[in-house]
Parts: sequence; structure tokens; C-alpha cells
Amino acid sequence: MSAIQEVVTEAPAVEAVPKRAMTLSTGSSLVMLALLIAAPLFVKNFIIFQLTMLLIYALAVLALNILTGGSGQFSLGQSAFYAVGAYTSAILMEHGGVNYALTLPVAGVVCFGFGFLFGQPALRLSGVYLALATFALATAMPQLLKLGYFEYWTGGVQGLVVTKPDAPFGLPMSQDMWLYYFTLAVTIAIYIFSVNLLKSRSGRAFMAIRDNEIAASAMGIDVALYKTLAFGVSAGITGVAGALGAIAVQFVAPDSYTITLAIQLFLGMVVGGVGWLPGSIIGSAFIIFVPNIAEGISKGLSGAVFGVLLFLVIFLVPHGARQVAIVAQQLLGKLKKN
Amino acid sequence: MELFVNQILAGISTGAIYACMALAVVMIYQAIDHLNFAQGEMAMFSTFISWQLMQWGIPYWGAFILTLAFSFAAGILIERLLFKPLAKAPILTNVAGFIALYAIINSVAGLIWDFTIKQYPTPFGSSPFLGSQLISTHQAGMIGVTVLLLIALYFFFQFTRMGLAMRAAASLPESARLVGINTSWMIALGWGMAAAIGSIAGMLIAPVVFLEPNMMGGVLIYGFAAAVLGGLTSPLGAVIGGFLVGIFENLAGTYIPGVGNELKLPIALALIITVLVVKPAGLFGRPIVKRV
Repeated sequence: MSAIQEVVTEAPAVEAVPKRAMTLSTGSSLVMLALLIAAPLFVKNFIIFQLTMLLIYALAVLALNILTGGSGQFSLGQSAFYAVGAYTSAILMEHGGVNYALTLPVAGVVCFGFGFLFGQPALRLSGVYLALATFALATAMPQLLKLGYFEYWTGGVQGLVVTKPDAPFGLPMSQDMWLYYFTLAVTIAIYIFSVNLLKSRSGRAFMAIRDNEIAASAMGIDVALYKTLAFGVSAGITGVAGALGAIAVQFVAPDSYTITLAIQLFLGMVVGGVGWLPGSIIGSAFIIFVPNIAEGISKGLSGAVFGVLLFLVIFLVPHGARQVAIVAQQLLGKLKKN
Repeated sequence: MELFVNQILAGISTGAIYACMALAVVMIYQAIDHLNFAQGEMAMFSTFISWQLMQWGIPYWGAFILTLAFSFAAGILIERLLFKPLAKAPILTNVAGFIALYAIINSVAGLIWDFTIKQYPTPFGSSPFLGSQLISTHQAGMIGVTVLLLIALYFFFQFTRMGLAMRAAASLPESARLVGINTSWMIALGWGMAAAIGSIAGMLIAPVVFLEPNMMGGVLIYGFAAAVLGGLTSPLGAVIGGFLVGIFENLAGTYIPGVGNELKLPIALALIITVLVVKPAGLFGRPIVKRV
């Protein structure tokens, strides 16, 4: 068309978040931890199950946060990694008779590999193109899981039923409560790992790539390696979350892992604040509890209420829960002075 | 050989659906540099509007024109209200906005018209076209409308003041503003046109896939695949990409063992990724150079 090639100065993919702003202070972390440990002692089994799911989704949102907030890459395909993790765990438990706790690292490693491989073509893509490729991955995943070839392993459309584990060593707690503490332990371990990862050399490399890819490569960062690595780590953590999800729900089926799940995780990240790791749990609370509230307001319109709420978040608090937390902190500071 | 030719014909007729959708996707991409994930839902909503108008007794072509006008206005309204404030925001915020729009439209349509599948009339009839069992008159009409649309768009963008202004605003906004083009309204116009083209696509597709709130799910992915294959910057490429994707889908279904209906979406996925990796600009797109 035109002889002159188009020169485009793109809008940044995501807002740059300083490294210090990505975590919580020690004091607030300990309060949060105490709350999480004490919570199940006072509530019914069903609510304990919901809290477990809260932690599991928080893990998945955290994984996406590392990818997007850390390295500046999009993914609308996290449900695919979640599904692979869930199926790995379910197949190992039901066909291989492996202990549930041991399936988690396997799911993590399998998904890390899958994410690393998917990261290879994704390397060439940025911004909307990456969103598009991962979007397609998420829509294709349920069909791949239903394939006749794998039916013996995956159970096809019907899926697989997973047995819920009992508390070990004869501990006097219900299955739900045991599972909650088990999930909490895994979540804390992964949270600490993620915080340290972002503080490390690799984390700094992620952020340099996020802020300016060309400048990062000029500084000697292996852009290809770190971008795929971010994909791998994110997929690995999502896989562990998926495996925990399979154990908690006791069931895996292709239609539980549609694009809707990927979109929910994406929304969780936006609501919690992109690049703010503790926000993951707030985002996760949003995606678990808000649909219930939306259905309470109007049964048929739950999707619309969800969408309107999301627009409100985008317009009023574009940095999500991080912004709210910062404002709250400033208010507290003022009160102390007075 | 006859099987081969027949499959290509069938591919062209399904390709017309994807071509329409891809054209709408490219239109909006041209105007705002974003892929609109809610495009399919917007088209679906417009199609429902036209169906409702026909239920009220308005003849097909009257409903067609009214729906076009409605979609055009609605597209502009959505841009002015929701996406203009986000123009400077990071890509991520925009993607979140599109997803929110998707959820809202889908759920509102479900509430108004519920989720039962509805028949949708065709103005072209559905008898075999020129004696061929593979292409019906509706599909031939669809191809015709797509080609007409493409020609109209070509003339609009090449020879009218407005079209040139829109192109200028899309490729170099700063310079366009300096020569007195209102770039902000050009973007709104782009939204309106994309919504109108989307509604045409929806009304043409509805007789084939039937009318229901989730009718656009698979079509949109194929529309994206077609747009990517043809190059996101080229309307002609999008249409050719649409036909190629349709042909490819049919041939893969016939000749590669094990690829049936159940693998439809994974094929689109494979296609998108292959094109993006091998030739990111698509067949007819211009490569984009980034300034540091």
C-alpha cells in the first residue's frame, strides 16, 4: 500500500510496577496468615470447601500475575494449564494409584514443560496477538480432552472421579478441614517461592523485559529464555492449582475447564491488581463470591452484573485492590499523625 | 478428484461466514489497534434485533436496514461511553473491558430472548445453486454480499474523504490531527462501521448456524484465524483468509484421518499459531516496525 513502513509506538502492555510494591510488609503478612489459619475453625464444612477453592484460585491468579505483572505477557489460556494439571493428578491417582500429595509435583513439572513448549511460539507474539493465541488454546482445550484417543485415560466426556483423601496420622479433623490446611501449606510455600523468584536475578530479568524488551536485550538479558521461563513457571503453578482443584472437587471433566475459567482467572488478576501478588487472594475472592452475589441480585443477569462490576473496577480503581490498599495505608498514616 | 473439487466448493461456502466475521475484526483492528473479543457477541445481539423486528412484521430488507442503522449507532455509543476513556490505558485494561462487554451482551441477550435455538429466515432461498448440491443459493448469496461489501469498503477507503481521513487517523494519529482530522471521531466511526459489518455477518450466518446467544463462539475463533491468516491490517486479506480457512477446514476434515467435527477448534488454534509463528504479518498485512 504505502511505500513508507508504518512506525508504531505501542501503548505499554501493562503498567510498570516497582518491585517493592509487589508484596506485603511482614506485619500484614503475619496477620493475613493468622486469619487464614484460624478461619476454618469457626465455620461449616461447605464454607471450608469454599475457602479451599479460594486458596486454589488464588494460586492460579498468582501464577498469571507472575506472567503478566512480572514479565508483561498476556494469557487468556490459563484454564488449559489448569486442566492439564487437574487431569495429570486425576489420572495418576485413579489409574496409577499414586498418593495425592505426590501428584502435585508431577502436575507442576508436566505443566511447566507444557507451558515452556507453548511459550516457544508465543515468543514471537506480543500484546493482542498473544492474547489471541492463548484465547484459542483455552477454547480448544475441552475438545482435545474429549478426544476418542485418550478416552481410556481421561474418561472422555464423562471425566474422572477422584477420591477425597482422609486426614493422615489419625488427626481428628474432617476431610474438608484437612484438605484446607494441606492447600494452605502448598499455597504458602508457592507464595514464598514466587516472592523470592521476583526478587531474584530471574525476576529482575522478567521485569526488565516487561518494561522494555529491546532495552532488556541490549543489557544482555536472554529475552527468549526468560519469556519462555516465565510461561513455564506460570503454567507450572497453575498446574499445581489445577491438581489441588481436582482433589478438592473430586471430579475432573472437560467442560469444567472452558474459556470461562480462563476469563475468571484473568479478571481475578485485574481486580486484585496486576503485579501485586497479595492481591491474588482478593481477586480470587472476587471470582468465587461475586457470581453468587450477582445471582442474588438477578438470576438471569449474573453475567451482566459481573461485566458491569468489572467496568466499575476498570474505571474507578484501575490498579485493583493494590490501589485500595495504598489509599487505606495512607489514611491509616494520617490517623496515626493526628 | 471430484471429491477434492466438491470439498473446495463446500469450503468456500463455509469460508464466506468466516470472511464476513474477519472483515469486522479487521475493521476495528484498523481503527483502534485492538482485537475486539466482544465482536461476535455484538454481531449476535444485532442479529437478534433484526429477528425481533421481523417478528413484529417488518419485512426482511426493512429489518436489515434498521438493524444496520441500530448497530452503527450502538457501536459509536459503546466507543464514546466505554472505550474512549480507556484509549490511553494499557492493553491489559482494554482486554478486560472487551471481556466485560462480552459478558454483559451475552447475558442480556440470554435474558431478553432466552437460550432456545431459533430459525432465521434467508432472503436468498435455500435451493441448490446452479444445480450443485454443495452450495445453496443462500451460501452463494452470502459470498456475493461479502464480495460486494469488500468492494464498497475498498472504494470508501481509497476514494472518499472520510475513508482517507480514517486511514490517516489509524496509521499516524499525531500527523492526522495536525492536518485537521478529528481522530477521536474517526475511531468512533470505525467502531460503528465494524459493528454494522458484524451485524451483516451475523444476519448472513444465522440461517446456517441458527440463532441463539452462543452462536458466535466458534465462528469468532475462525474469524480471528482468518483475520490473522490474511493479515490484520488488510480487509482484502481478511476476506481471502476467510475463504482459505474454510477450504482448509474442509480439506483437513476429509483427508487427515481422525480430524472430524470434534477437532474443529483445535484446527483453528493450530492455524492461528502456525501463521503467527511463520508469518506474523499474515499473507497480505504490512510488517509493523516498532520505535524504541
